[in-house]
Amino acid sequence: MLAKRIIPCLDCDLAVPEGRVVKGVEFKQIRYAGIPWKLSEKYYKDKADEIIFLDITASHDRRDTMTNVIKKVSKNVFIPLTVGGGIHSLKDAKTVFHSGADKVTLNTAAIKNPQLIKEIAENYGSQACVVAIDAKRNYSLSRGKEIYETPKGECWFECSIYGGREFTGMDAVAWAKEAQELGAGDIMLTSMDRDGTYNGFDLELTNAVSENIQIPVIASGGCGNPKHILEVFKETKAQGALAASIFHYNEYSILDVKKYLKKNGIHVRL
Amino acid sequence: MIAIIDYGMGNIYSIRNALENIGSKTKVVTKPHDLKDADAIIIPGVGSFDNTMKGLQPFEEKITNLIEEGILFLGICMGMQALFNKSEEGIGSGFGIIPGKVIRLPDNVLVPQMGWNEIRIRKETMLLEGIENKDFFYFVHSYHCVPENRDVIAATTEHGIDIVSAITRDNISAVQFHPEKSGEKGLRILKNFIGCIKC
Repeated sequence: MLAKRIIPCLDCDLAVPEGRVVKGVEFKQIRYAGIPWKLSEKYYKDKADEIIFLDITASHDRRDTMTNVIKKVSKNVFIPLTVGGGIHSLKDAKTVFHSGADKVTLNTAAIKNPQLIKEIAENYGSQACVVAIDAKRNYSLSRGKEIYETPKGECWFECSIYGGREFTGMDAVAWAKEAQELGAGDIMLTSMDRDGTYNGFDLELTNAVSENIQIPVIASGGCGNPKHILEVFKETKAQGALAASIFHYNEYSILDVKKYLKKNGIHVRL
Repeated sequence: MIAIIDYGMGNIYSIRNALENIGSKTKVVTKPHDLKDADAIIIPGVGSFDNTMKGLQPFEEKITNLIEEGILFLGICMGMQALFNKSEEGIGSGFGIIPGKVIRLPDNVLVPQMGWNEIRIRKETMLLEGIENKDFFYFVHSYHCVPENRDVIAATTEHGIDIVSAITRDNISAVQFHPEKSGEKGLRILKNFIGCIKC
């Protein structure tokens, strides 16, 4: 049986030579967390199942910095490495794969050009193409959206792009289905309402998406303690849980979290 | 020197990094001629069956001969499937070194199987020394190998059904998972493999 995945996410600011890992709250307010290769090696030793590197600066002149980060990390870290942020073309993806990455994650670029998912999946396989969805609850109901009941009332889930700066009017559930059809291998689903808040994953959002697609959903945004991860695995079909802050600032180690999950009946790799 | 066959498809960087990390000398080989001073051959890979066989076609005769002469061989993922006669994924032929076929994973499970899964050891081999039942390895595949002779099976993995996750026969080893992406246990398998060079 496949194990549930624990995935640390490194938001990388690439304005300095080796890059630096930072973390925001609800997509704003930035706090320093460490150097990408050092954190990666620590997480690898702690039995992370995969590591995601997001280029939050996502500008073209910084692309070489990300390539160098991945080259360095892939020499000592032998688990799948996923890279996202600013990948707009098959050529961008190729550069990332050639530096040692196993998967790319697409967000804005996939919404602007859905065919890119297909191109990457056809050239490198579905497993190499993760579609990231940044979703926010929208309580103003409109026609054609998938409406969900939540304790705070009925809402739908809206996709945003450009790191949460722009809203698209697109329904996250419908988009996840389309991304699956186009060949995405994973959906990395981030709740913008929860990101960086430590209040737990958005279970309604995670359920809404994971109940409607067959490919794995990685729940993201809001993880504040191991119990939140247990909760998202017990109450939704999420195959993976992504966290940043709780690991970066040494509040919990990945190993401790996995031991806790195993003790509570979740199938994880130890 | 360990020759890593680059047939234009797979991610050869990971396997190269992993081998170098455990201290072995590697060479990425793009022409059959460059295999002449190889101590061992690895075919890595992701991709589709027909594309893989097409990419491997120039190497087929040379690799088949070297394997017959007893060179150590490791096939990873598509590199394992390439050893068989046929695959449901394509119309081309495999090397046919291991009699059997490659078939699609069952419909009632996640396809591709993508993620960490456990293995169950089915026979004692050098390749799996230091590896225990229920150790996890990283898998990415939609098809799986069905050897005619069950004696070659070194490990199986449950994904809806029991699939063959490792085979060994004389100088030939092959794994369906990616040891180069499977943490310390994966590195151990690669160490076991290169350890055989000195045997």
